[in-house]
Amino acid sequence: MGHLIEIRDMYKIYAQGEEPVHALDGVSVTVDTGEFVAIMGASGSGKSTLLNILGCLDTPTRGSYLLDGIEVARRSRRELASIRNKKLGFVFQNFNLLPRMSAVEQVELPDLYLGRLSRHARRARAKELLARVGLGSRGSHSPAELSGGQQQRVAIARALMNEPPVLFADEPTGNLDTKSSVEIMELFTQLSAEGITIVMVTHEDDIAAYARRHLVMKDGKLVKDVTTP
Amino acid sequence: MILKVSVLAILRNKMRSFLTCIGIIVGIAAVISVLAIGKGASTMMVKEISSMGNNLVMIWPERNRRGEVRTGMGSGQTMTADDAEAIKRELGHLVSSVSPTINVSCQLIRDNRNWNGRVSGVSYDFPEIRNWDVSSGRFFEEHEQRSCARVCVLGNTVKVNLYGDDEDPVGTILRIGAMPFRVIGVLSPKGATGWGQDQDDIVMTPYTTAGRVLQRSRFRAINMMNVSLISMDDLDEAKREITALLRQRHKLADYQDNDFDTRDTTEIMNTIGSVTGLMTVLLTAVAAISLLVGGIGIMNIMLVSVTERIKEIGLRMAIGATPAAILWQFILEAMVLSTVGGAVGVAAGVGVAHAIGELQHWPIVVETSSAAWSFVFSSFVGMFFGFYPAYRASKLNPIDCLRYE
Repeated sequence: MGHLIEIRDMYKIYAQGEEPVHALDGVSVTVDTGEFVAIMGASGSGKSTLLNILGCLDTPTRGSYLLDGIEVARRSRRELASIRNKKLGFVFQNFNLLPRMSAVEQVELPDLYLGRLSRHARRARAKELLARVGLGSRGSHSPAELSGGQQQRVAIARALMNEPPVLFADEPTGNLDTKSSVEIMELFTQLSAEGITIVMVTHEDDIAAYARRHLVMKDGKLVKDVTTP
Repeated sequence: MILKVSVLAILRNKMRSFLTCIGIIVGIAAVISVLAIGKGASTMMVKEISSMGNNLVMIWPERNRRGEVRTGMGSGQTMTADDAEAIKRELGHLVSSVSPTINVSCQLIRDNRNWNGRVSGVSYDFPEIRNWDVSSGRFFEEHEQRSCARVCVLGNTVKVNLYGDDEDPVGTILRIGAMPFRVIGVLSPKGATGWGQDQDDIVMTPYTTAGRVLQRSRFRAINMMNVSLISMDDLDEAKREITALLRQRHKLADYQDNDFDTRDTTEIMNTIGSVTGLMTVLLTAVAAISLLVGGIGIMNIMLVSVTERIKEIGLRMAIGATPAAILWQFILEAMVLSTVGGAVGVAAGVGVAHAIGELQHWPIVVETSSAAWSFVFSSFVGMFFGFYPAYRASKLNPIDCLRYE
C-alpha cells in the first residue's frame, strides 16, 4: 500500500526581482496514515510554502504530489477546492472563524460545500464534533463570545467535519497562551491516537515535542527528518 | 443556506445596505407611481370615449379657412341637414342612424328662474347613437321631428337649476328664447368630459325645430353630425363612402380638398394610445437610467464588501468552496440587495401614487405587470452589476486571502 502523502522533487520558485527565490528547492518526503508530523524551521525556510502545497492551497513550480494515491500537483482551482473539501482539514494560527456565526454553523460549513449530509444530520454531526473537542455546551456562541482556546477548538471541529484523512495546522498555538496551547496540543495528541494524520507547522520546540516525527526545513531544503519512537 | 449567508452579510451593515439600495428604490418608486397615475388617466379617458357612443363617426363642416379670420370647429356653413338625411337614405347598408346637431345658445326661462343654456337640436335616435337614456319622461319621436314640434328634453344640470331637485319638469312649459316648449323628458346625468365640460348642461330639441324655430334659418346648416355605423368592421369603407357622398353633394372637383372633417372614436383612442406609448417609452428610459445608477452603487458596495471580507473568502476556499460557489455567494448577495430595493421601490411607488391620487382626486391604476417587471428587472440589475465584484472574489488566491492583513 502506498503512502498517504508522497512528494517528489518539489520546487517552488518565485520570480522576484532579478534573482529567482527558491522557496522549495527539491523537497521529497512521504507521510503515512496516522503520523503526527511537525514541520520546523526559521522564518523564510520554506515550511509554510511546503504546508500550503501539501494543503492544496498552492501549486508547485515543479515536482509531483500524490495525495492518497492521486496526483494533485497539476489540478484546476475547482478540483483543488473539491480535494481540500473532502480530504483535508485546516487549522490556522488566527483561527479564521467567520464573525457573527454560531459555533455550530461554523462547524457545519465544510459540509455545506460538500452536501453529503441532510440538514438534520449535519447539525447533529456538528454538535457531536463540538462535544468531541470539549465545547458541547457552547454551540450557539459566536466567536466574539469565546476565548482564544475555545475558538481554536471550534476551528478543529470544523476541520474534522468532512472526516478528512489529513489535518493541516499552521502555527495552531501561535496566538494562544501557554495553558490553552497545552490543551490544544493534548487535543491533537488525542486525535492522532484516534488515527487522524496531522501535519503541523511550528517554530516552537515545546509544541513540536508533541509530534513524533520532526521535519526541519532550511533555505527551501529538507535538512532533517527524525522520528522519535 | 447560501441565501442566509447573503442576508446575514447585508444585515451586518444595515445603514450601508439601505443607502446602496436607495438608487434602485427611488428609481423603481418613481416609475411605478408615474405609471400608475398615467394608466389611471388613460383608463379614465378610454372609458369616457367609449361612453360617447356606439360605432361613432363624427363629421364637422370645414372651418372657415379663407382670409385671416379663422373660426372654430363646426362653425362652417357647408354642411346641412340634407347631407345627414342623404347619408342615412343612401348608405343604409353601412349606417344605422345619423343625427345632425345644431347648437344654439339661448336664454331658458321658467317662471322667475333664468338659465343661459346650450340648446342642441338632434335627431330622435340620438339617445341610441350616444348611449344616453332619459331618466324620466321620454325622448322625442320621429313624427315630432318631422313636424318641428316644440318639445324639449332637459339635461340634468339644467333641470336642477330651473326646477330644483324635487320637482318633476315633465309636462311643464319652458321658454327657450321667446318660444314656449313643452318639456317631455329629463336625460340621465352623464357628468363632465375629461376636459371639464359639463355634458348635462344641455337642452335637446329636434334639429328641425332648432333650425326652423330657434335659428329662424332657411338654410338648414348644421354644426356637426354623429353617424352610427352598423359595425365597426366597416369603418374604413363607411368613411370612404361618406366622404364620396359628401364630396359629390358639395360638388367638389378632384383638386379641391374636403370641406368637412371626419373623426371616429378609434382615432381618438389611437391618439391616446400613442401619447400613453410615448410616456411609457420615456418612463422606461428613466427607469433604465435609475437602474443603471442604482446598479453602479451596488457594484461599488460589492467591491468594498469583497475587499472587507477577503479573509472570509480565503477561509471558505480553504475549506472547500469552489470558485463558482464564491461567485454565486456574492452575486446572490447583490441580487438580494437589488431585489429587496426593487420590492421596497414598488411598495413606495404604489404608496406615493395612491397618496397623490387621494390628494388630487386622480384615478390610480397599478398594473401587476409593471410591478412584476420592476421586480424582475431589479434582481437582474443585481445579477448584472454583482457579477464583476463576485468574479473578482472568485478569482482570488486562497493563500493571498488568508495572509491578507
